[in-house]
Amino acid sequence: MEAIIETKKLSHIYSAGTPFEHGALIDVDFTAYRGEYLGIIGHTGSGKSTLIQHLNALLKPTSGQVLLEGRDIWSDPKTTRETRFRVGLVFQYPEYQLFEETVYKDIAFGPKNMGCDEKEVDRRVREAAAFVGLRDEQLSLSPFELSGGQKRRVAIAGVIAMEPSVLILDEPTAGLDPVGVEDILGNIRDYHNAKNATILIVSHSMEEVARTVDRLVVVNDGRIPFEGSPREVFAHGDELTAMGLGVPTVTRVFHRLRELGADVDPSVYTIEQAKAAFLEALKRKGAV
Amino acid sequence: MALRDITLGQYFPGNTVVHRLDPRTKLLLTVIYIVALFLCQHLLSYGVMLVTLIACILASKVGFKSILRGMKPVLVVVLITAVLNLLYTSGEGEPLVSFWIVRIYSEGLWAAGFMVLRIAMLITGTFLLTYTTSPILLTDGLEMLLSPLKKLHAPIHELAMMMSIALRFIPTLIEETDKIMSAQKARGADFESGSLLRRARALVPLLVPLFISAFRRADELAVAMECRCYHGGEGRTRMRQLRYAPRDFIALTGGVVIAVGVGVLGHFGL
Repeated sequence: MEAIIETKKLSHIYSAGTPFEHGALIDVDFTAYRGEYLGIIGHTGSGKSTLIQHLNALLKPTSGQVLLEGRDIWSDPKTTRETRFRVGLVFQYPEYQLFEETVYKDIAFGPKNMGCDEKEVDRRVREAAAFVGLRDEQLSLSPFELSGGQKRRVAIAGVIAMEPSVLILDEPTAGLDPVGVEDILGNIRDYHNAKNATILIVSHSMEEVARTVDRLVVVNDGRIPFEGSPREVFAHGDELTAMGLGVPTVTRVFHRLRELGADVDPSVYTIEQAKAAFLEALKRKGAV
Repeated sequence: MALRDITLGQYFPGNTVVHRLDPRTKLLLTVIYIVALFLCQHLLSYGVMLVTLIACILASKVGFKSILRGMKPVLVVVLITAVLNLLYTSGEGEPLVSFWIVRIYSEGLWAAGFMVLRIAMLITGTFLLTYTTSPILLTDGLEMLLSPLKKLHAPIHELAMMMSIALRFIPTLIEETDKIMSAQKARGADFESGSLLRRARALVPLLVPLFISAFRRADELAVAMECRCYHGGEGRTRMRQLRYAPRDFIALTGGVVIAVGVGVLGHFGL
């Protein structure tokens, strides 16, 4: 697999040289591969937000490097600015950054800053709006007339319209109802499939992440203690719990079943896998 | 992260005599200090004030570095005042410098110097108040000092409450600004380059969300206060009662004596 974004010995220290100094990231080596759907998990203050802000050049490393397709993103100002467009970052509660008179204009803000001509801007706005399920007549509304979930979609469309090859989303489903969560995750999946974009999704909800991602990276205390497939990561159940993260409920149930002496596979993390594991265990016993 | 370095009105926790003084005492002393500063005329009276100020700073253990850092934002104002004083003060003797339309007299030199000193001391003195008094104590003190005005139906409690809320939300709004700025930068907004007009226009994507969030916060706070039956100052008691201690009387007496002394010196043009 080919790496699209990498960090090499990345460290970030806040308020360096004052009594409030603290390291938010310490010698982090992080890699995201082209076209993958990656989950980043960590509790509040673990350094995950600091990490993602380095990936699109919003924060400058105290030491170490960030490479986009093998090139240092801080090598010259042009590259730095280009990185902002190639790596799209959707912040937490992005609906609070809407400012334009109409939904259309707000989504067009990014592409316009990139210097696209009017036709190109129009195409991008309509395509991005379609990805997040906004109807054409909603484009002429004021973003402030929309509901919370719809505002969130407008904000995400605003980043998608820049057509980034890497899309990073910080807790994109925070504060949404279950239907809204499914919708947004579906929209992101659509963008991933249509553009073969690399998706980095930051979350603290194990259930949500476990269902959607190919690979997981755990951030804790400014370091990356584990990474790998959800199955591999959730095998570290006890350590994750010690970090205040926990594992999906299903995984917890299976860990406990195993402790009680049941012969089941403890690495499951979705309901489907759980069903399969049960059936298999029953088959082994000869009950089915 | 230049936004986080703003120290205007920031409180440095500590446990020195200056910190422990009653906020009302400190407020009164600051007023006396400002009046005395305007009574100063020449070297001797400024000298007395400077010594007093330095003694207070030393006693507060705030450190000259942080005080100097707080001066940065007003540096431009100070410089402009100095230049204007230098150029527009005319004197009796021969001008020291004279070319084109610029005439600089020795009186102008003195005036500029004293003006810079006066503004610097004014700011430092008031900073010392906010550096050593927590915002809550400060507004409590202000409210109690002004409470006689309640008889005249002046809304003192409400004003004090507004002030504490405003102070409380400064860091929150700074953080919010930082966040929105990052979010818009991620969409390619450019706050740092271009002409003045362009830069002003670039602020729209920052200011609109900021205002909206400020109104939202205000609304949420109002609801939260109403839920806890807040109904203004009438019959409201407080957890922290302010009490004068002997040190407050000593400090106040000292302050008045120095101010009167400076006033007398100033009267004689010293």
